[in-house]
Amino acid sequence: MSALHWLTQFLQVIGALLTAPLFVGWINQCRAWLQNKSAPSVLQPYRTIRKLFHKDAVMAFDASPLFRLAPYVIFGTMVCAAAIIPSFGTRLPFSNAADAIALVGLFATARVFMSLAAMDVGTAFGTLGARREMLVGFLAEPALLMVIFLASLISASTALPVISEGLATRALALYPSLAFTGVAFLLVLLAENARIPVDNPATHLELTMIHEAMLLEYSARHLALMEWSAALKLLNYACIGFALFLPWGVATGGAPGPAELFVVLPLLTLKLAVAGFLLAMIETVSAKLRIFRAPEFLATAFLFAVLGLLVHLLLGS
Amino acid sequence: MNALAFDLQLLNTFAALLLLTSFSMLSQRRVVTMVNLLALQGLLLGAATLLLAWRTGQGHLYVSGTLTLLLKAMFLPWLLHRLIRRLGVYWDSEPLLNIAGTMLVGLLIVIFAFGLAQPIAALATTTTRSSIGIAIAVVLLAFLTMITRRKAMSQVVGFLSMENGLFFGAMSATYGMPMIVELGVALDILVAMLVLGVFFFQIREQFDSLDLHHLENLREDK
Repeated sequence: MSALHWLTQFLQVIGALLTAPLFVGWINQCRAWLQNKSAPSVLQPYRTIRKLFHKDAVMAFDASPLFRLAPYVIFGTMVCAAAIIPSFGTRLPFSNAADAIALVGLFATARVFMSLAAMDVGTAFGTLGARREMLVGFLAEPALLMVIFLASLISASTALPVISEGLATRALALYPSLAFTGVAFLLVLLAENARIPVDNPATHLELTMIHEAMLLEYSARHLALMEWSAALKLLNYACIGFALFLPWGVATGGAPGPAELFVVLPLLTLKLAVAGFLLAMIETVSAKLRIFRAPEFLATAFLFAVLGLLVHLLLGS
Repeated sequence: MNALAFDLQLLNTFAALLLLTSFSMLSQRRVVTMVNLLALQGLLLGAATLLLAWRTGQGHLYVSGTLTLLLKAMFLPWLLHRLIRRLGVYWDSEPLLNIAGTMLVGLLIVIFAFGLAQPIAALATTTTRSSIGIAIAVVLLAFLTMITRRKAMSQVVGFLSMENGLFFGAMSATYGMPMIVELGVALDILVAMLVLGVFFFQIREQFDSLDLHHLENLREDK
């Protein structure tokens, strides 16, 4: 491992950390455009985070150490995930750890801490949010695993960099089964990141909240970390999607030199910009589902993923 | 598997997308979305037929492909949309089985269809034989769509989707039926749609709803 490898790895983590709020800001701006509203600045999430870091934290009287710890743990897992997802190159120092199942486990860890922290203070809304989050989570996880299993079947490995490299470097071949898992992955992404058909990120109605309800008790730097890790999670999911379905333009083979990075970075930016716009469009044209429809939504995702496996077995591609 | 020619891969992709549309149709409650999915299915079917025509050089497939595009991707959806607007039926009531259950049954049906298609595919000599299973699955899923819906509108959409599946099955097993049969079927579908369109108004006038369980009683008093 040369110094260049480590430098790229470092760049990838820092880049993910710094661009995550920008990605959220871009989505918000696109959504505002599409809904004929005047858009907030793309930099608004940065300002929010900065403002929150300058405030004094208020803690609930009954809060346990877990409540204080949770934001750091969640932020840590998201940074970890950002480090191992092959968004810049497939042969970076941390790539060996990027097993897809481990990645799903990382997200699950974050979810467990989030729910525990939400229930810790004992307010009604926190518990309600935690329960709903677990309901969504336990249905989304198998669907995500199924999506990954199909990609593993194609490239005979569960390591995300190997899958990505395998798909990116082979001769152009169409995989009809990937169409199914692509839809399934999109549904999981929407559900896991509290986007509109399942949850509304901009809601002020406590009764319909899932993700926001869990954050109600947090303030200042803890809230900033929570918001930041939510943005990172969305970015991570987008990058997993690129690794599985749009793997072209990621540096494969040896160390990505500066010249290669000049190709990788603009392409990644372009992919993120388009993905953000599409996400905003989906959120604009669809209405929020009733909470009891969410299991149905995720069952659809799971069944699409299974159907992808079946089609793969039938067509052999 | 990399030995497959690119156009064949494209055909397989069309086949998979056909299955995707019929599965999405199964998961839909809104009639309008179902009609849109039907139009998409017609478009995919037409594109697949034209591609197959180009690949095999069979003249009559060009005709039926164009006919499919005109009829199933444009005219019939337009007619259905018009009917929906005139009748004001945008929603189906709750399906008989809940959606998740329906889709689970749908999955089992797909497995069954794929198993059923294996011996047929082994006998067929066409290059598209691997998609026979998909065609059978589309037909059976359309059946399921018809069984689980109450309203006449969604049942008609299911019926048209079934015809799409049959057409695709004939195409992948034997490169399409003879021209005269295809023309006949297309005309049948068209006439059936027109008659059903009139029939919808009759049903609604009689029962004030498009719910078909009213038709199950012989007498007017229950």
